Amino acid sequence: MAKSNKPIVWGLFAAGGTISAFVVPAMILVTGLLVPLGVFGEDAMSYERMTAFLGNWIVKVVLLGVVILTLWHAAHRLRVTAHDFGIRSDGTIAMGVYGFAGLFSVIALFAVLAI
Amino acid sequence: MSERQITFEVLRYNPETDDKPWVQTYSVPCQEDWVVLDAINYIKDHLDTSLSYRWSCHMAVCGSCGMMVNGEPTLSCKAFLRDYKGSKIRVEPLSHFPIERDLVVVLDDFMGKLQSVKPYIIPKKEKPVEEGEYKQTPRQLKNFKQYTMCINCMLCYAACPQYGLNDDFIGPAALALTHRYNLDSRDGGRSQRQEVVAQHEGVWECSFVGACSEVCPKDVDPAGAIQQMKIASTVDWYLEHLMPWRAK
Repeated sequence: MAKSNKPIVWGLFAAGGTISAFVVPAMILVTGLLVPLGVFGEDAMSYERMTAFLGNWIVKVVLLGVVILTLWHAAHRLRVTAHDFGIRSDGTIAMGVYGFAGLFSVIALFAVLAI
Repeated sequence: MSERQITFEVLRYNPETDDKPWVQTYSVPCQEDWVVLDAINYIKDHLDTSLSYRWSCHMAVCGSCGMMVNGEPTLSCKAFLRDYKGSKIRVEPLSHFPIERDLVVVLDDFMGKLQSVKPYIIPKKEKPVEEGEYKQTPRQLKNFKQYTMCINCMLCYAACPQYGLNDDFIGPAALALTHRYNLDSRDGGRSQRQEVVAQHEGVWECSFVGACSEVCPKDVDPAGAIQQMKIASTVDWYLEHLMPWRAK
């Protein structure tokens, strides 16, 4: 029997899982709680400051890495969850979730590179 | 010693006379220090000689007496009655396997899978006996020792929801043993085993629910073994596709 091609998506899933486990809670804390509560001052995440921050290439690469890998992690997780619920149309679900992740990866890429 | 009267609901099935399995209840006077297997032996000896089940060692070594006890895959020799509250205990054959008779399940599927992963040392290079042993350091042994503890009791298969959905899945115990031999410093058979491991029905059917490791009576942690093999298989995949000139 042939070897599976699942490593492509599983590799992204595993990398995304590791990254999101470390980074996402901190991101939620900073962008969802501390900044709105004014801990870092009024205009901590103002448009001007954020675009200037994203002007740096290292920041662009890191942000794209976090966003894209997290998207692929979520996509694969949803596919597996559907499988665990006994939904048998794996091909359709895979196309849907990976299509979503792919589309938004491209959008993220263009959005970040446009800055 | 105090006695406790417990009602055992036991799944019965005789393929010659029954259309489908049915439940028979037995009231058993249990001793405080008994395990579920003792109660089943009592039923066999005193109440109903027709009850069929497998057991041998009564000390969690042989792996024969796996059953569903109150719905959990358990070695009945390790299931102490003092850990079960209430006056009723339900005993059924292991889930996900066809029933041979009463509490006895058909093992053929697992045996076939076990063979397919070549769970034995395939030396890198055969050497004549005169050249001595294949030596190993304690550190090299520690690398895989945990995975040698498997007693093939198949509780992990009864616990695995993926095996329940798709019985082509090679499954936890066979994959944990694959990992055991892959990690052995004396072994050179990994690429042969990868033919089975790297298929869809190999490690990729696993969705890391982790139930196998929870029910394992020997702390083998098959789920951990499978995740480690997924990482190795992913590295393999990228090397094979991005650097196809590399010798296999």
